[in-house]
Amino acid sequence: MGDTIKEYILENGLKILLSEVHTAPIISHWVWYRVGSRYELPGQTGISHWVEHMQFKGTPTFPAGVLDKAISRDGGMWNAFTHLDWTTFFETVPSDKVDLALSLEADRMVNSLFDPMEVESERTVVISEREGSENDPLFLLDEAVQTAAFEEHPYKHEVIGSLADLRAISRTDLYTHYRKHYNPSNAVIAVAGNFNSAQLLEKLAAIYAQLPGQVVAPPVNGREDSQRSERKVDVYGPGETTYLQIAYHAPAAREEDFFAFTILDSLLTGPSSLNMFGGGSISNKTSRLYRRLLENEFAVSVNGSLQATYDPYLYNISITVRPEHNAETVLAQVDAELGVLLNTPVSQAEVDRAAKQARALFVYGSENITNRGFWLGYSEMFDRYDWFTRYTEKLAGVTPTDIHNIIEKYLVPDQRVVGIYHPEGERS
Amino acid sequence: MSAPAQQIHAIPGPNDIVRKTLPNGIVILVRSNFNSASVVISGYIAVGSQYDPPEKLGLAHYTARCLMRGTAHSSFQEMYDRLESAGASLGFGASVHTTSFGGRALSEDLPLLLSTLAESLIEPSFPVDQVNRLKSQMLTSLAIRSQSTQEMAAIEFDALLFPDHPYGRPEDGYTETISVITRRDLIDFHHTLFHPAGMVIVVVGAVHPEQVFDIVEKHFSHWKKLPPPAPPLHPVITPPQQEIVKHVVIPGKSQSDLVMGTLGPKRKDPVYLAASLGNSILGQFGLMGRIGDSVREKAGLAYYASTSLNAWRDSGSWEVSAGINPGNVARAAALITSELRRFTSELVTAEELTDNQNNYIGRMPLSLESNSGVANSILNLERFNLGLDYLQRYPSLIRAVTREQVLEAARMYIDPDNLVIVSAGPDGRTG
Repeated sequence: MGDTIKEYILENGLKILLSEVHTAPIISHWVWYRVGSRYELPGQTGISHWVEHMQFKGTPTFPAGVLDKAISRDGGMWNAFTHLDWTTFFETVPSDKVDLALSLEADRMVNSLFDPMEVESERTVVISEREGSENDPLFLLDEAVQTAAFEEHPYKHEVIGSLADLRAISRTDLYTHYRKHYNPSNAVIAVAGNFNSAQLLEKLAAIYAQLPGQVVAPPVNGREDSQRSERKVDVYGPGETTYLQIAYHAPAAREEDFFAFTILDSLLTGPSSLNMFGGGSISNKTSRLYRRLLENEFAVSVNGSLQATYDPYLYNISITVRPEHNAETVLAQVDAELGVLLNTPVSQAEVDRAAKQARALFVYGSENITNRGFWLGYSEMFDRYDWFTRYTEKLAGVTPTDIHNIIEKYLVPDQRVVGIYHPEGERS
Repeated sequence: MSAPAQQIHAIPGPNDIVRKTLPNGIVILVRSNFNSASVVISGYIAVGSQYDPPEKLGLAHYTARCLMRGTAHSSFQEMYDRLESAGASLGFGASVHTTSFGGRALSEDLPLLLSTLAESLIEPSFPVDQVNRLKSQMLTSLAIRSQSTQEMAAIEFDALLFPDHPYGRPEDGYTETISVITRRDLIDFHHTLFHPAGMVIVVVGAVHPEQVFDIVEKHFSHWKKLPPPAPPLHPVITPPQQEIVKHVVIPGKSQSDLVMGTLGPKRKDPVYLAASLGNSILGQFGLMGRIGDSVREKAGLAYYASTSLNAWRDSGSWEVSAGINPGNVARAAALITSELRRFTSELVTAEELTDNQNNYIGRMPLSLESNSGVANSILNLERFNLGLDYLQRYPSLIRAVTREQVLEAARMYIDPDNLVIVSAGPDGRTG
């Protein structure tokens, strides 16, 4: 993106990343916390996401119902997300309205009330969110695959948490989790937009410097033995459509293999980007699995998903099976294509094409200042911010040999989970 | 606090949106943006699903999906290979009045985008294998749709609110209608109806207007066809005369989706902006407005509960949607009805109106920062003939709306005793 990024660390451990962009009168301000489902113990799955919800339920300065309206009143856009390794809160506002966002985030970093009645009200909201997800067969399948893929690692749990835990988690549990993980040492502030760095830094330092910081380690050590044999899961549910999800164990984002894996995914299922806002997408109709599966009438869609994570996570290939075929036939076709890739190396031209597509998606995403703010802090959650400044350059350096090595090392049947969603009526 | 912003774009207007009409009726609008390395195209032709015979509902949609499946000059793979190798994208979709298109590329690939657009619109070849393959994909999509509580509630709502009218029919059809569409139907639909008059192309990005005009003229000037016959006459749209309640049973689901509402203003209705601000107060501002406050924040019944004001050329709808546990649908519907009664009997507060006016005006830079945001805004100006200066007049138009006008708009359309109330989910429990 050609951004100049300035990095500062306050005495209390708060890291601040600033990137000036003067193409629009907008500032996008993000606060990232190193807490997500990776930090959760059994019995408290979903707690990080619920804490994120509670951050909108009020502080003494910004009571419930005031927070969200305050930003909207200024014409701003806001939201929050919880993921495997992080929780983030952002506001994108007209550049002369940023002070409110700065105050609001500093305030709720330490002053959220977690009122017991609000906790109970939000319990049913979070359960409602989970129930909405359960309506989707792909969620049910993904949850089963994720659970099967990890023996010990907290990545086995969905970020939304289990229904049992959502019914059982107490106000004390939530508040303890919040106080432990929400502090300056465990946070990164990333701001992109139309501001003066020196002035903004002065404001941030004034707001945050007096807050004490405390480094927090995840409660689980994150070690996971390598999978030794293929695991299969079968999910049954309503509908007429069969879905196949194949999950391979993938490298963590900061490992060198991640970039070659990104190119491999592009070759197999089509280009994708890690943009959260804007940027659009590029179709996948010349990808290997599209050509093999759709053009030969085995499937009606194929998608690949590689996430940038702190610990090794999963590479998922999701396929909607055509009614006249079964999932096992489609799986055999996927294996056949991987066999072709192993025996006939891809060309450098193919690899370069995939790198160009990634570069184009990066360019499209950079038009959106909220997206630029997103990238700054996002990459700090699993590496350093320069992970994203080097992203397209790293992809451009991938070779056909790298692709071959990735397939041999990671796309091994013994190390995968095969999940099949069977529409009701197929159960034998 | 803000740094100097010499490069910051002004709000688009007559000084920087360049408009040209070709002899065959195609309108081109261009706004340059050299802060970006990319270009976006957005537009439509004046043919849509209102031309679908009811027994072949989905014909416009199916035709739109076929346009890039092969042309007189390129096979499906050749076309997509060119686009995907450049990191570019292009796609088509159909709605009631138009078949729309959208695309994006690095700016040096604008010629590729526009030539692909022209080839697809003017000379599609409807290859037999592609037509058949698409049909299978569409039928599977319809099977998936029939399991979606959100989609089925919306479809049933539209059908009840706009009986026997194109606004009440899903553009992607039904299994029984898509199944009977033949390749000949697609060819005839294209041949008879696709034409240049009324076509709009908006281009925004790192390109000069003259460059765009040259390329469009090169590829589209030869497209000369008479406009097609007018679409069939549609019934007059009238508001519901009584409360209509329906539940669509979809077994095995954890959540029901609820859609309730009535007609809304068409886009050119004089009360539209007042209705829009009112709708924002009702169900969007902050965490989903008054509806979100009541159904989610206070009652804890839903993760999402919000409103939408959908304004089209000939009519519109005013809807409240929520995802609710099946056992709580009746309670949620009662809370929503109560909010609608309040909305149609009392003025909104001065603070509510000011907050939302400030929101509408303050967020303009956010919606206009990207090429696609600008392109969509310009397309809207053209579609509804709002004027190239509309975005610059917009703040004063918003400020001029009064509390009385909001109440008048609310009362004009919403009758809480005569709503359409649809739910979709398990067990036959209704709203």
